[in-house]
This record gives sequence, C-alpha cells and structure tokens, in this order.
Amino acid sequence: MSETTMVAEAPVRRAFPSPYDQPAPAGAEGWKSLYAYNLVFQDNRREVEEAKFWFCDSQHWPTVTKPFETIGFEFAVGCLGQYNSRQLLIPTANGIEYRIHNGYVYMSPVAVDPADIEARVPQFLQRAGHYFQNWESLLQNWHEKLHATIAELEALDFQALPDAIPVEDVLAGKGTGPATELLGSYDRLISLAYRAWQYHFEFLNLGYVAYLDLFMFCKEAFPRIPDLAIATMVQGVDMELFRPDDELKKLAKIAVRDGLAALFADTSDAEGTLAAIAAHPSGTAWTKTWQEAQDPWFNFTTGNGFYAHDEYWRDVPAIPLGFVKNYIEQLQAGVDIDRHVDELVAERDRITGEYAELLSGDALETFQGKLGLARTVYPYVENHNFYIEHWTMGVFWRKARQLSKMLHEQGFWTGEHDMFYLRRDEVREALFDYVNGWMVGAPPIGPDYWPTEVERRRSIVDALSTARPQPALNAPPEVITEPFTLMLWGITDDQIANWLGTGDVPDGTFKGMAASPGVAEGPARVISSADQLTEVQDGEILVAPVTAPSWGPIFGKIRATVTDIGGMMSHAAIVCREYGMPAVTGTGTASAEIRTGQRLRVDGNTGTVTLLD
Amino acid sequence: MPDNHYIRFFDEKGAAPLELLGGKCASLVALTDAGMPVPPGFAVTTHAYTAFLEASGIASDIHRLLAGIDADDVAHVDEVSARIRDEIRRLPVPQQVHDEFTVAYEALQARFTEGTAVAVRSSATAEDLPDASFAGQQDTYLWLRGRDEVAEHVRQCWASLYTSRAIVYRKKNGIPDEGLSMAVAVQAMVDARVAGVAMTIDPTTGDRSTIVIDAAWGLGELVVSGKVTPDNLHVDKVMLSVTSETIGDKHLELVPDPEAKSVVERDVEPERRGIRSLTDAEAKAIAAIAKRAEKHFGVPQDIEWAIDRGLPDGENLLLLQSRPETVWANRGEVPTTTSGFGIESITKSLLAQIGR
Repeated sequence: MSETTMVAEAPVRRAFPSPYDQPAPAGAEGWKSLYAYNLVFQDNRREVEEAKFWFCDSQHWPTVTKPFETIGFEFAVGCLGQYNSRQLLIPTANGIEYRIHNGYVYMSPVAVDPADIEARVPQFLQRAGHYFQNWESLLQNWHEKLHATIAELEALDFQALPDAIPVEDVLAGKGTGPATELLGSYDRLISLAYRAWQYHFEFLNLGYVAYLDLFMFCKEAFPRIPDLAIATMVQGVDMELFRPDDELKKLAKIAVRDGLAALFADTSDAEGTLAAIAAHPSGTAWTKTWQEAQDPWFNFTTGNGFYAHDEYWRDVPAIPLGFVKNYIEQLQAGVDIDRHVDELVAERDRITGEYAELLSGDALETFQGKLGLARTVYPYVENHNFYIEHWTMGVFWRKARQLSKMLHEQGFWTGEHDMFYLRRDEVREALFDYVNGWMVGAPPIGPDYWPTEVERRRSIVDALSTARPQPALNAPPEVITEPFTLMLWGITDDQIANWLGTGDVPDGTFKGMAASPGVAEGPARVISSADQLTEVQDGEILVAPVTAPSWGPIFGKIRATVTDIGGMMSHAAIVCREYGMPAVTGTGTASAEIRTGQRLRVDGNTGTVTLLD
Repeated sequence: MPDNHYIRFFDEKGAAPLELLGGKCASLVALTDAGMPVPPGFAVTTHAYTAFLEASGIASDIHRLLAGIDADDVAHVDEVSARIRDEIRRLPVPQQVHDEFTVAYEALQARFTEGTAVAVRSSATAEDLPDASFAGQQDTYLWLRGRDEVAEHVRQCWASLYTSRAIVYRKKNGIPDEGLSMAVAVQAMVDARVAGVAMTIDPTTGDRSTIVIDAAWGLGELVVSGKVTPDNLHVDKVMLSVTSETIGDKHLELVPDPEAKSVVERDVEPERRGIRSLTDAEAKAIAAIAKRAEKHFGVPQDIEWAIDRGLPDGENLLLLQSRPETVWANRGEVPTTTSGFGIESITKSLLAQIGR
C-alpha cells in the first residue's frame, strides 16, 4: 500500500462570485449613482466586503428596487438589527448588514463578538423576559401605538401649494405658510414609516426566538420532523391576516343571497360595478358591507409592501371585486368556500397530540411548556404582516403616490409615479426646490432637471432587470448559525450547498446509507465470497459487496461493516444494529476500490467511509 | 378449531395461541383480525408437526442424534442435519393431517377465480419471538402451485428446523430441542410490482416520529436479504410526508416466472433501476399501514409489505408481516438535552445554536 498514491486532497471550498468581479448588465453602467453611497459596494472597500458572505434576499425583493424603494430594506432590516443589538441584546445575534448590488438586495448577518456574548445574557434575560412576562399588556399597547401611527399617516395630505397663503391665516396672524408644512409632511411621512418599522420588530424577534426554542427541541426530539409540522403546531387560526379574504367571502355570499350575482359580469369596470350594485333595490346590504371592509381590511396587497407599484385593494377596487366574483362563481357551482376553523384546530390538535404521545416525563413537560409559549407569541409573527406590510405600507404608498402625482403635475417628471426613481432624500430636495420656487415666485429648477435624469435612471433600472441576481456573494461560512438568517430566510448549509452545486464526494470517501450508528476505525478486510471468511481477523472492518445470513459468526470479530449494496433493512444493517456496531451500506463501489489492509473510518451516523491511509 | 386443529385459517375467529401457530402465523391472524389487508391463507399448526413426529416414530431418533453434538464440529453437524432432514421429507404424514391440509388448500384456491400461487413459510414458535429475532433464520418458498408441491414444501419447512445453521444457532443460544415444534404458513402470493419493509422507528437513531421504508422492484425477499440496494425513504409518522429519500440502484428483481412455475431473479433494465419505486401516495399508504400496526400492537413494528400489480389503486397495498422492533425496544426513549421553557431555555437554545 503505497502511501503516496492514497493522499486524499483536502476538499476545496467553493465560493460564490465576488461582487467586484460582476459587471453590470449592458445598459446599466453607472447604476451605483442611483443609490446612496452606503448601500453599494465601494471600490476602496473591496477587502472588507469580500470577507463577508452576502446572500440575496430575493424572497422580499425579487425584482430590482428603484431608488426610492430602498426605504423598505433600509428601514425593515435596520429596525430588525436595532431590536437584536440595542433593545433586546440578543446574546448571539446583532443585526444584518445590507447592500444593493446590480439592483438586488444582499444581506450579511453581523455576529456578536464571542467575548461579548456572556455579558449580554443577563441583559437579554431582563429585557426579553419582561416582554414574555407581560406579553398581552405590551401587545395591547403595541396595537394602540400602531393605530395612532397609521392615523397620523392617514392625516398627511400632499396638495399643490395655493397661489397665496389663505387670507384667514394672514388675518389670524399665523405667520407661517403651507410650503413649510408640505416639507414637514414629507418628513413626517418618512419618519412615521420608520416608526412603524420599529414597531414591526418590537415583538417579531421575540416571537422568532420563542419559536426557535420550540423548533430546536422538536428537531432534537424528532430529528426528521418537517418544519411544516412545527409550524402547524403553533399556527393561529382566528387571525387578522385572514380577515381580508373572509370579507371577500362574506361579500360573495351576500351577493348570491340578495340576487346581485349578475352585476359582477365585468368587474374590471369597478366603478360601474359598484354603481350598479348601489343602484340595485337589494344592493344596500352589500354596499354597506363593502364600505365597512375598506378600512382597515382592504389595506391589503397582493404584493408584499416593499414596492411602490404594489397595488392595494382599497386603491384598486377591481382587484377585490374580481376575487368576489370568483367566490360567487364557486358558490354557484356548489363549492364550499368557508375556511373551517374547527377542522384546522382539530388537525393542529391531532398533530400536536401525536408528537406529544411520543414523549414522556420531562421531555413531554418541556415540549408542552415551549409549545405553550410559542403559541402565545406566534400569532404576532403571523399577524404583524397585516398591520405593517399591508395596512401601514398601504397608507404609506398611497400618500407617496399622491406626492409623486402632485409633483408630476408641477412638471417635475413625465410619469405620474416617476418620483420613485429618486432616492427619498432627493425627493426632499425636489420638494424643497418646489417650495422654494413657490416662495420666490420663480419656476422651480426640477422640471428642467428631473425628466432627463429620470429617463436615464429608468433605462438603467430596465437594464438591471434583464439579469437575475446571484443567489449569494463571496465564500460562505463553514456553518450558518445566525438564528434569523436560518429562521427568516431559510439560508441553511444545505441550501448553500445546493446553490453551489456541491455535494460532490471527495476522493478517498465513500457515501452510503447510515445503516447502523457509531464510528469505528480499523484495517479493511475485503471479502467477496463466503470461502474467504476464514481470513477475517479480530478488529478488522468487513468490506463486502453484500453480506449473507450464513456469515453470522464473523460479526463477533469485526468492528464495522461496509457493503456495496443493501439498505437500512439489509442483512448487514440488521445484524450490525443487533451487535451495536457501525455499518454503512449501499456505497456502490467500496469493495472494488478499498484494498485489504487499508485503514478506514466508518461513520454509521452519517453514512460515510473514509480512507485513512 | 377442535375438530380440525391441524389447520387454522388466518381469518377464523377465536384464540390464536402462539404455541399452535408459531410467531409468523399468530401475527398474520392478529393482523387479519385487526382488519389489515393481509393476503388470505392458513397455518399448518404445530399439532400437525407433532402428529407427524409421533406417527412416524422419528422423534426419539432426533433426540438421540442431537444429544451431545458439538456445535463447532461442522462436519458432524452437517451429517446429522442431513440425516434428520431426509427422514422428515421421506416419512408419510398421518391421513388426518393429509386430508385436512387438502381441504384447506382447496378452500384457499376456491377464493380466487383462477386459483392462486402460494408462498410457504416456516412459522417457528421460538425464532420469531421478540427476544430472538435474527435475520435470515426463516425458510420461505415462493410461487408454489398444486397441492402436492405445496405439501412437499410444508415438509421442507419442518425439515428446516434441523439445518446445520439452526442446530448450531439453538446450541449457541441455549434453546432446547425438546418440545421444538413448527407451524407453517400457506398464503396466497402477491404479484408484487414493488415490495419491501418498513419500520415505525428509525433503526439508526431510535426516532419514533419517523417511519423508514425500504422498497425495491418485485417481491420483497431481495430487500430483506440485502441483495439489492433499495430505495430508502423516511416518512414523518404524524404528517405522513416523505422527509428524505435515497434512491437505490435496484439492479435485480424477483418476479414470478409462469413457465418455470416459480420465481426468477432477473436484471432490472437500466432505465428503471435508478428511479424511485414508490410514489409519494404509495409511501404515505405504506406508512399509514405501518402506523396502524404499531397502534394495534402498542410497540414499534417492523413490517413487510407489497404492492400487487394486478389490483387497483387503493386495494393493492398488502401487509405481509408485522413484528415488534427489537433493537430500540430494549434501549428505551432517546433522551433530549434541552429541558424547561421560557426565557432561560430560549437563551440556552440561542447559545446552543452557535455551539455554546
């Protein structure tokens, strides 16, 4: 056995491309100028940025973000970080850095310095502990704070400035004009959104860590439990997030009951449809229900709340009307459209009960305790989405569009929604330009500047949109441990391996089934037929194409078994489990490639055989 | 049963004593009684074997030959084994046993419009017991047709009590030969498109929330014997969803050969080897039946199943065997390292996640 022939190469760790080696698609040159300096990979920071692993958050930002839309990840991800690193002092996680690259959003979790972890534990216990202990009252308070914030947003109004300050203000000696109020409204729009995104994460991170605690216990107690099962055990059933849909079903039923179904022929003409229903002699109940559903339930988008082009039901009534029409058709076809909450509860209880049955004693008590807490906090994890992404952001985007349209009418840009090609701080500059022009009585500069600039940006955004993002950038870490990366984004080691297309087995390693647990090392004895069995020596590892019941006696001598074929229930596997010795079965080629005398490590927990010589 | 105690159909009502039926047949009776889809058949009871021993007068010969035998003297064990087995196959069975067997065989055939091939399997009173499970210590003869051929293989099973391997196994495990008896299962054959085994516990980890299925083309014997690398599926016991799969290179299959009136091992064509042999729905159905068996018997089970190629979906999954799982049953519950709940345990979980 020449040692030189069997040197196994250390597996080369593969990496994703560096952002510095990825040119922008043709036509998108100069794209970095669309975004704030701190959002892009700066040329002189190459060493720093390449040392970090960045994954693309295409889950929340699947398409290129226009300059104004960076507010979504800047506020959301920033506030997530604040709650980890500054409010709760989660011992193991700081926030998540974000960059924009070729128009797409990339994230990189920030680890806590290991030296600081211990010191954060007591602070976390106090801070997070207080929230868990006072969950219901703090959550009640949260609802009040958020409702007030939304009310403030709703009160904002972006109207064109009048020719003159109203005479009443002059006579009342007010002394200020609507121009500065307009600027103030814009500042409030931005700051109210920032406030709402803080509220978004005030409870969310706590919900996730409680869920994570249950999740980790379940994965330990039931190693292969599907994530779905754990999610089902904590799922809420009577949730705000389902209310918009429930309202549609209610409207469909009223329409059928009151004989209005025929009026839904062309719901794309929302105005006409609503007018016809209102004019119908039996249309009153339906119209009343429709109006009551608008606020808050139709602050609901089929988008995700992060894009200026997300359409909200309240603003585009043709969308909910179309859904109502579908439900009417289903009702007429005899389809049961109800969400059967009792059945969901029964299934949730069955699943929980069956897993609980597999536990006893301390483990059962632990499971029930963790489940209880997770069930208390998890409804927030599901419901917050309605309050922030749908309701708050629905109001936010409606107000932002109102402003965009107003400035468009003042000649600042050619398209009604072109404001979103400006960064939010540039919008303030443009607004100041408008205000200043109004004050001095001369036309603002914007109408001579922005239309051309918006066109340049539009063509860059269009060019960026022609390319798909890399799933990640730079070299991944050995293991992903950051809880939110795992929980929120599902960026697992397996996922990264999938992206990299690895999973290749390195030379000198054989993969098979982990047929019997344990790890053993020893010299190989390769046996291809029963008449060689007498050659087996104490302490060797049996390597064979397959084993047979007649080989029984040698299992008392060997340390482990490796076979080319056979599964979990094959003879070798069963016997090895009986003997409590490791086995890897179904390796495919081990007996042909391993030679008697070579030292092996057999890992029956992972199904791996490694040549040590 | 009293008037024909040599035969016991699996679907007869009443007591099913292990000493009369052996482990395999007792289990088949219990499964049938529990409403499981077990192929029909009957047991040739231990009384039949005992009556044969008495009528033929060879019982004392056997005891004399085995007394003082040295289990390590392979040549002598082989010689004694051959003599005993030859006698068991040669000597006549009592008329009453013969007649009852014939009636039963014909009654089984009458349940099928064109008759059925049968499998003949030993059903020992000792080796299938939970504490003595050992891979491969069973005789199975597949795809037999005709009363005489079947009868001959029943005797073959009786004779298998005295193979060299069985003699040595009993010696080494301290199982006495006195009072040794055997029942034989005669059961309608399944024409398996795909077959295999399933355990209601992960045999490598003791995880009771997982059902592990091994499946390969054709009859299940090649899976049990390890002659093919089967598809290996993990199914969550509660959700009944496939949680992982490893596709085996199922290069051989055991299928009936009508011309040879037997089964034949043949190569699987390359394009079928590497594709999964079970649909998700089939895996789910197998897991559901294994779960039912576990619930019925109250302990984790190790089942053998087959999907018949001739029967319609929904009726084509058959349960061939269910035995208590023996390895983890003796080790007890897998301990978990986390305990408690609330903020303290959340903190521990967070630290554990980064390996602290």
